[in-house]
Amino acid sequence: MKRKTILWLAWCGVLWGGAGLCATLFFSKSRQSAFIPGSTTHGHHQIENDCQVCHTPWMGVKTDACNQCHAEDLKKFRDTHPKSKFTDPRNVDRLKSISADECITCHREHRPEITHAMGVTQPDDYCYHCHKDIAKERPTHKGLPFSGCNASGCHNYHDNTALYEDFIAKHIGEPDTKAKPRVVARPVRAEPKTPTFPGAYPADTDATVIHDWQASAHARAGVACLECHQLGNASKPWIQKPSYDSCSRCHDTEVKGFQAGFHGMRIAAGLSPLTPAMAQLPMKPSSAHRELSCNSCHAPHAYDTRKAAAESCLQCHDDAHSRAYQASPHAKLWAAELAGTAPAGSGVSCATCHLPRSSHFDENDERIVTVEHNQNANLRPDDKMIRTVCLDCHGLPMVLDALADRALINRNFDGPPSVHVESIDLILRRKAAKQKEKQPHTQ
Amino acid sequence: MKTVKTILASALLTAAVVALLATRSFAADAKDTPSITPKTMADALHAVMDSDRTVYTKNVVNRLANQEKVITASEHFVDDKALPLPAQMFRMGSEMVTSKNVGFTYSLLSKWPINKQNAPKTDAEIAGLDAVAANGGKEAYYTTEELGGKKYFTAVYADVGGVAACIKCHNNHEDSPRSDFKLGDVMGGVVIRIPAQ
Repeated sequence: MKRKTILWLAWCGVLWGGAGLCATLFFSKSRQSAFIPGSTTHGHHQIENDCQVCHTPWMGVKTDACNQCHAEDLKKFRDTHPKSKFTDPRNVDRLKSISADECITCHREHRPEITHAMGVTQPDDYCYHCHKDIAKERPTHKGLPFSGCNASGCHNYHDNTALYEDFIAKHIGEPDTKAKPRVVARPVRAEPKTPTFPGAYPADTDATVIHDWQASAHARAGVACLECHQLGNASKPWIQKPSYDSCSRCHDTEVKGFQAGFHGMRIAAGLSPLTPAMAQLPMKPSSAHRELSCNSCHAPHAYDTRKAAAESCLQCHDDAHSRAYQASPHAKLWAAELAGTAPAGSGVSCATCHLPRSSHFDENDERIVTVEHNQNANLRPDDKMIRTVCLDCHGLPMVLDALADRALINRNFDGPPSVHVESIDLILRRKAAKQKEKQPHTQ
Repeated sequence: MKTVKTILASALLTAAVVALLATRSFAADAKDTPSITPKTMADALHAVMDSDRTVYTKNVVNRLANQEKVITASEHFVDDKALPLPAQMFRMGSEMVTSKNVGFTYSLLSKWPINKQNAPKTDAEIAGLDAVAANGGKEAYYTTEELGGKKYFTAVYADVGGVAACIKCHNNHEDSPRSDFKLGDVMGGVVIRIPAQ
C-alpha cells in the first residue's frame, strides 16, 4: 500500500513537473525556441523567440501578422500584386491554382528546405500559374523559362517601381556614370542658433562630454542636456542613459525606421536589443556583444553623421562586401568629400546606399529630406535600390547589370559588371517589332 | 389555490400579449424596412460611378490637360507628376472598394484592352460586353453567374468614349489592339457583381 502511494506521488510529480516545464518554455520569451519546428528565415530569425509576434496562442498564424510590419512597405512601393486583385470574384479561378490572397502561400516560415531568396517557399516558376500565356502578349518572352522571371533586373512580384517597361525604356542609352553624379543633398537648415549653455548637468560630468556637445549639431540647434536627459522638463528626474524615448521626441521618423529594420526589430518586438553575435551575416568578433541602439552609430554627445555613415557600420560588419569597401571607388569618393576636395553629395558611404537620404512629403504635405533608418527598406531585393540611390549617379543599363553581378557586389563595385541583363534588349526588340508592324507594306 | 391559478393565468395572458406585440412589431419592422433589388442597387451604383468618372474626365482631366494644358495626364502619373487617367482613377477606386469587403465588386473591362488582364473572361463578362457593344450602349445587360461556388447578380454597362482624349489614346497606344475608335463608340463595359443569396 505504501509503495503504491509513493508511486502515485512520483507519477503526480512527473506530471506536474512536465506541465511546469512546458509552461516555462511556452511563456518565457528566451526559451520559446524549444518549440520552433524548423530554422527561421533571415528576415525573422531575430524575433523567433517571441512566437506571439506572428502566432496565435495555439500556434496558428495571426491574420494580420504580416501586415503589421510589411503593409507600409508594400503601399510605399506600389505593390503590383495586392490582395484586392485576387479577392475580386472574377479572379477566383486563379486562386484555385495558387492562393495569392494569402502571404503565407508563398512565404511559409520554418521551412528551410524549400525556402529561396526573399523567404519565398514556392518553386521559382510560380509566375506560370497566372502568366503562362505571356508569350502571346509578349513574343519577346517566347521560350524564356518561368524560373527566370524574378532574376535580377527583370521582374519582382511586389515592387516593380524600377522595372516596368516604360521606365526602363526612358533610361535606355544612359551613360554608365552621369555627367554630374550627386546624391540627394543634405537639407539646408535655417540659420544655426548660437550654442547655448548646456543647462544643468551632474557635477561629475566629464569635460569631454561638454566639449563634444558644444561641437555638435544639437548645440547648434539649441538642444541642451535636459532635452534628452530629462525629456525636456527640468522638473523630471535625470536619466543617466537616455533611450529611444529621448531620441524619438525629435527624431520619431528615424527611430521608427530603425525599429522597422534588422537593426532595431527586436526592440520593436519587446525583446532585448540586437547584438552582432545574433546576426546571420559575418560580424567582427570584437563587436559581438555590443547592443544596438541609436548610440551604436551616433556616439553620445558627438553626433557626427559623417562618422555614422561608414565608420560606424564597419565597426561590426565583416562580410566580403563590407571588407572590400575601403578600397572601392565609392570609398575613395567619400574620402575626397570628407577631405573637402570633392563637392558635397559626390561621396558614397555605406549609408549613401543602405540608409539613403530621401526627399518626400511629411504629414503637412511639405517636402522634407530625411534619412531612411530601416537598412532593409531599399535592399531586398537589390532592385529596390535602383531608384532610391543608384540612378542619382549612374545610368540604368549599367545599374541593372551591376546589381545582377554577385561577384562584383562582393568586391564592392570595383570595376565594370561582367553580367548582362537582357531587359533592355527585350524592350528594344519589342519596340522595333511594333515599329515594323506600323510601317506600310511595300512590294 | 385560486390565487395561484389567477397569477398563472395573468402571467400567461401577459406573455401572450407581449408575444403578439413583438410579432406585430417585427412584422411591422420587416414591412417598413426599405429593400431594393440587386438590379436597382447595380443601376444606382453605376449611376454614381459613371457620374463621378464623367466629372473627373471632363472637369479635371480634359479641361486642365487637353484644353488649358496646365498639367498632363499620364499612365505613370506618380513618376510623371501628372493626373491619373480617368480609367486609372476608376480602377483605383474599384481596388479600394474590393479591399474594403463591402459586398460588391466592380471592374472596367474591354474586348480591346490595352492591359490584357482587363479582357472579359467569365461567360457573363463575354456575353455582357458583346450585348452592350451590339446595342450601342442603349441597354445594360443583366444576368446571374456562379464563381468559386458563390452566386452573383452581374450587371454589365456600356463604357462609351466620351471625350476625344479617350479615343486618341486608345487608338495610338502601342498595346491597344484597336485603332479605329470614334467618339461615342462603345469601348468596353463596367461590370458590377453583387452576391446573390
